[in-house]
Amino acid sequence: MRRIISVLLENEPGALSRVVGLFSQRNYNIETLTVAPTEDETLSRLTVTTSGSDRVIEQITKQLNKLVEVVKLVDLTEGPHIERELMLVKLKATGSQRAEIKRTVDIFRGQIVDVTSSVYTVQLAGDSDKLDGFIQAIGTSGVLEVVRSGVSGIARGEKVLSL
Amino acid sequence: MELLSGADMLIRSLQDEGIEYIYGYPGGAALHIYDALFRQDKVKHILVRHEQAAVHMADGYARASGQPGTVLVTSGPGATNTITGIATAFMDSIPMVVLCGQVASTLIGEDAFQETDMIGVSRPVVKHNLSVRHPSEIPEIIRKAYYIASTGRPGPVVVDIPKDMTAPNERFEYAYPKKVKLRSYNPAIRGHAGQIKKAVDMMLAARRPIIYAGGGVILGKASGQLTELVRKLGFPVTNTLMGIGCYPASDKQHLGWLGMHGTYEANMAMHHSDLILAVGARFDDRVTNATEKFCPGARIIHIDIDPASISKTIDADVPIVGPVDAVLKEMLALVKESKEKPDAEALSSWWKQIDEWRAFHGMRYETSPDVIKPQEVVEMLCRLTNGDAFVTSDVGQHQMFAAQYYKFDKPNRWINSGGLGTMGFGLPAAMGVKLNYPDDEVLCITGEGSIQMNIQELSTCNQYNLPVKIINLNNQSLGMVRQWQDMNYESRHSHSYMESLPDFIKLAEAYGHVGVRIDRKEDLEPKLKEVLAMKDKLVFVDIQVDRFEHVYPMQVARGCMKDMWLSKTERV
Repeated sequence: MRRIISVLLENEPGALSRVVGLFSQRNYNIETLTVAPTEDETLSRLTVTTSGSDRVIEQITKQLNKLVEVVKLVDLTEGPHIERELMLVKLKATGSQRAEIKRTVDIFRGQIVDVTSSVYTVQLAGDSDKLDGFIQAIGTSGVLEVVRSGVSGIARGEKVLSL
Repeated sequence: MELLSGADMLIRSLQDEGIEYIYGYPGGAALHIYDALFRQDKVKHILVRHEQAAVHMADGYARASGQPGTVLVTSGPGATNTITGIATAFMDSIPMVVLCGQVASTLIGEDAFQETDMIGVSRPVVKHNLSVRHPSEIPEIIRKAYYIASTGRPGPVVVDIPKDMTAPNERFEYAYPKKVKLRSYNPAIRGHAGQIKKAVDMMLAARRPIIYAGGGVILGKASGQLTELVRKLGFPVTNTLMGIGCYPASDKQHLGWLGMHGTYEANMAMHHSDLILAVGARFDDRVTNATEKFCPGARIIHIDIDPASISKTIDADVPIVGPVDAVLKEMLALVKESKEKPDAEALSSWWKQIDEWRAFHGMRYETSPDVIKPQEVVEMLCRLTNGDAFVTSDVGQHQMFAAQYYKFDKPNRWINSGGLGTMGFGLPAAMGVKLNYPDDEVLCITGEGSIQMNIQELSTCNQYNLPVKIINLNNQSLGMVRQWQDMNYESRHSHSYMESLPDFIKLAEAYGHVGVRIDRKEDLEPKLKEVLAMKDKLVFVDIQVDRFEHVYPMQVARGCMKDMWLSKTERV
């Protein structure tokens, strides 16, 4: 089952490599990984999406917690949560395609952020399924380039991951 | 406040940490540190002949004393040569600090001479590693390193020290921190009271209980509490290879050690138990055999300081995260005050069953009128040293024979590489023990394959006068490899025999030691007595043992705990 694990990590050189190394060393799967500093500059927030049996997920969270630089972590998928991913996609846009793409972008509540005579660059945010859905709707033949940020997530309601 | 250079701060920090010996090898990036070492006399340095041996020496000391060992090496090859030693310590959770020189910070990343990314290279085999980025950080980093290495589940910590951090001309205020606090590292200091209560209720209700104790009991200095609890409950106890000595082997409640080469009675009792109390053990694959067939009728209580060890391979019914000594103490208090008592009738029929298994004598081996059996060598050594020596071993058949036939009544006396299985561990580990326990007998039981992996340390032994006794069970082959080839590859002995072995007697003599060869059975006892009487000499005893012996019992691959070969022909 797919899980989103959110980690507060000491913002130290080498800390990220320990997290990434742990996944490859123990044969765990990383689907997406995002990391950036938080409002507290001593901390980074890292979100990793992974999949595995309950036993594997339990080991992943325990092994992550064992890393000295991991301060706290939460498996967001255990409760209600919001997940978002940002995608920038470059599309071939000529002739009648241009209007069709614009309509599809509107339906998906995306924005065209750059335009040339033959190319649209579209920005789209949402959960991973929505981004997949957009690519499917456009059709892969028109897609020139895709860049996705990987998933960021946060729990719904009062629950916070902080010190 | 005192002003010191980075190198002087480093050595002062070791002094303030109470470090007596460090083991190492100098080189360019560590020379400022070596100069600081030279200018003081509190911290003594032992010069090895290969950095791997420095780590095993520190490791041997740590296993014998329960205190962290310390290593100092240079950058590049000096650092990478420590990796096998660090991985050995990591797999067995041994506290250790490894100080590595590094090229100057201005050169890092430029493929400088003797540059290796030691932080990256060591990452998968350390508990943690730290890099010095400013000389003034050194005291705090050293305190952190020892703190992390020796608390919680212990392990090796590497400190990477670029050469410019130890430059003699820059001085900084020195103060050694008494304490360090890490917001992200807080090992458990006690177990969950509710879980402990639940566990004790289960223990008192059990009909066929068994206590399965691991190396964590020794690392957690909890042998006393374990022994008291076992005696109070009257339960049978077995331990892992790493747990040898955590409960006295000569005690009647002890079933020997369990697993792949464990005793018949320990493996049978595990398989048929209805409750397993696992204490500081991690259900390693050399213990469980096929996990899906593991102890089908048993519920499991698992005490461990490391939550990741719990339910990793075998699901625990009652997990208890905490230091074993504190948890066992609480358990004992609960058992004492509980109105419930263990079911005497059930226990007595359980013991009757266990005694039947014992009477089966699963550990018997055939003796021969003229060929020396490795098992009898170990039995004789145990008798001649009153079972009270420190015994280190390498890896292979001799290791199993040593563990099976030397009966340890005390913890910290059996010293071997259980997790990583590092050939070449035995001699340097023995040296580390002997240096720190000069009045104790230290035996290194080894084989002609393993001993050659760190044989150069005979030179170090000469320099520092380390009179260990090397017992080379020489079967002229890589015995355990050959055993597997006999059992699984129709005796195709692919690269498992050793042609052109050196003359170990001359070799020992060349290094300034005494060599004794034993190849006749009638010489075994008198010569071993002579060897043990040479208190101040390192003696290399080369014993020609049965070349075709196998280690038994041996669990049948992919079977359950109770499926064992008891000899080449007998399977249960």
